[in-house]
Amino acid sequence: MIGRRSFLVTTLMSLGFAFLYIPILSMVVFSFNESRLVTVWAGFSTKWYLELLQNDQIINAAKLSLKIAAINATGAVILGTLAGLALSRFRRFKGRTLMTGMTTAPLVMPEVITGLSMLLLFVAMEQIFGWPAGRGVTTITIAHMTFSMAYVTVVIQSRLSTLDESLEEAALDLGARPAKVFFLITLPIIFPAILAGWLLAFTLSWDDLVITSFVSGPGSSTLPLVIFSKVRLGVSPDINALATIMVTIVAIGIVSTGLYMQAQERRRERDVQAALALNQ
Amino acid sequence: MILAELVAWIRAFGPYRWASNRLSDWGLTGRTVVIGIPYLWLILFFLIPFIIVLKISVSDIRLGMPPYEPLMQWIEHQVVTLKVNLGNYAFLFEDALYRNAYLNSILTAAGSTILCLLVGYPMAYGIARTSPSWRNLLLMMVMLPFWTSFLLRVYAWIGILKNNGLINNVLMAMGVIDEPIVMLQTDFAVYVGIVYSYLPFMVLPLYANLEKMDLTLLEAAADLGCHPIKAFLTITLPLSMPGVIAGSMLVFIPAVGEFVIPALLGGPDSLMIGRVLWEEFFHNRDWPVASAVAIAMLILLVGPIMILQYTQGRQAGVHR
Repeated sequence: MIGRRSFLVTTLMSLGFAFLYIPILSMVVFSFNESRLVTVWAGFSTKWYLELLQNDQIINAAKLSLKIAAINATGAVILGTLAGLALSRFRRFKGRTLMTGMTTAPLVMPEVITGLSMLLLFVAMEQIFGWPAGRGVTTITIAHMTFSMAYVTVVIQSRLSTLDESLEEAALDLGARPAKVFFLITLPIIFPAILAGWLLAFTLSWDDLVITSFVSGPGSSTLPLVIFSKVRLGVSPDINALATIMVTIVAIGIVSTGLYMQAQERRRERDVQAALALNQ
Repeated sequence: MILAELVAWIRAFGPYRWASNRLSDWGLTGRTVVIGIPYLWLILFFLIPFIIVLKISVSDIRLGMPPYEPLMQWIEHQVVTLKVNLGNYAFLFEDALYRNAYLNSILTAAGSTILCLLVGYPMAYGIARTSPSWRNLLLMMVMLPFWTSFLLRVYAWIGILKNNGLINNVLMAMGVIDEPIVMLQTDFAVYVGIVYSYLPFMVLPLYANLEKMDLTLLEAAADLGCHPIKAFLTITLPLSMPGVIAGSMLVFIPAVGEFVIPALLGGPDSLMIGRVLWEEFFHNRDWPVASAVAIAMLILLVGPIMILQYTQGRQAGVHR
């Protein structure tokens, strides 16, 4: 009896999930609607998908966003892994508190503030050093890396804190140098977390509107900027089609990584069992 | 591991030895690099920008690019004068527009945080009390909207709330109403948008907390004849307070500065501080006032951010 869900909790939980999914489902359903009037059903059609594929503005923006998101994710993973390592493996160093603050603050900082401050930095740098000349892909990537590395740091740090340090210590005792220990032991173990961090950083960059608006320049319209300017004018069916494509990709990604993680977990448990059996 | 092979191979290479010895002579060890690179990056691209915002918030507006006066000026005989203009801040206090935007942001963020808690708590509780095999699926379902575009999820509500949108169409077809209810471009729509967008941020920390709870406490209460509702109020709810606080702060803090939701779902009079900053910056091109708005918003958020860091630090401490 204890620990079971009551009828009331089940109902409220189902309503919560309905609230989460009805808007997404409505976009999916109406993306196949014949009519331009988005919310009146007029028969099944895939014409908005064809129209979307012919929309050069959206296609180009999507390509640019993909490029920025991929570069950003790779950079953020490198920086975030270093920061995660620094915070979890070096207990004491000068300015540790400041670093902890700087890696957690971007997580909760309102985007308008981050965007404004990054832009003012770029303007000041341009005045003093002449770089970056104007704003565009470079400034967007730097800004994205700065806020998404914070998320990667959290992911890596929490993985490292649950990692059995005796493995690393054993390798060090046997004479392996720290870099070798990292590449041979730590990296393979935390690889799923690094992958998760990469995907998270990719998604954050791919979705970002506010920070990008501040630091983008002419000719660097990412997908969210194009969507926002279209959406401000009202609902349009090809945006529904775009949303459906994106939700499908994310759903496939989440389900497959979920399954992969479960398989990993099971394999690890089996390995542990086998090792214990060998010991006896 | 190919990587390790590669590392070993580079190691054996003479010039590498030499370079690495020189580097450690200068104090550039692996440790310095691991700490130094992210540290320098964060100082350059996170800390310094805030100092610049602070600086520009006390400078004067001017025409040109960049549209603000330099703070320090070389005047004749090379005397440095420091020109501090607190007028931008005074302006924020005097102008009713800013005061209202400030107040409205806090009220909207607080109201939607409470609504988020009311919707999210039963969800987190329900998931934590589901069998482990289903639990992962449900958690994945909470995460999925978080991974899909924020902008598009807000956009979805336009189609639902507008005058000829989903809700009005359904209600009119059922004959409940004759005239469409105006929901889009109202504060109601802003609340719905915030609760909807930030719900995963509420559910996940709550779940993490409720899942760890010791159920034998509830068993003991039941054995001693305690009513389940009373047991919930006296045991579960107080124990889950760290989760409640963490979730609430994770919703409240970004909601205060929210721009996209009031811009797309709110009416012209649903002013929030994030939107005011945006308008000042992009439309009025008044960078000093925009910076002052940013600093004022930060001052407002320092308290909640500290509370969040404290509860998270304590939770992490419990783990160890």
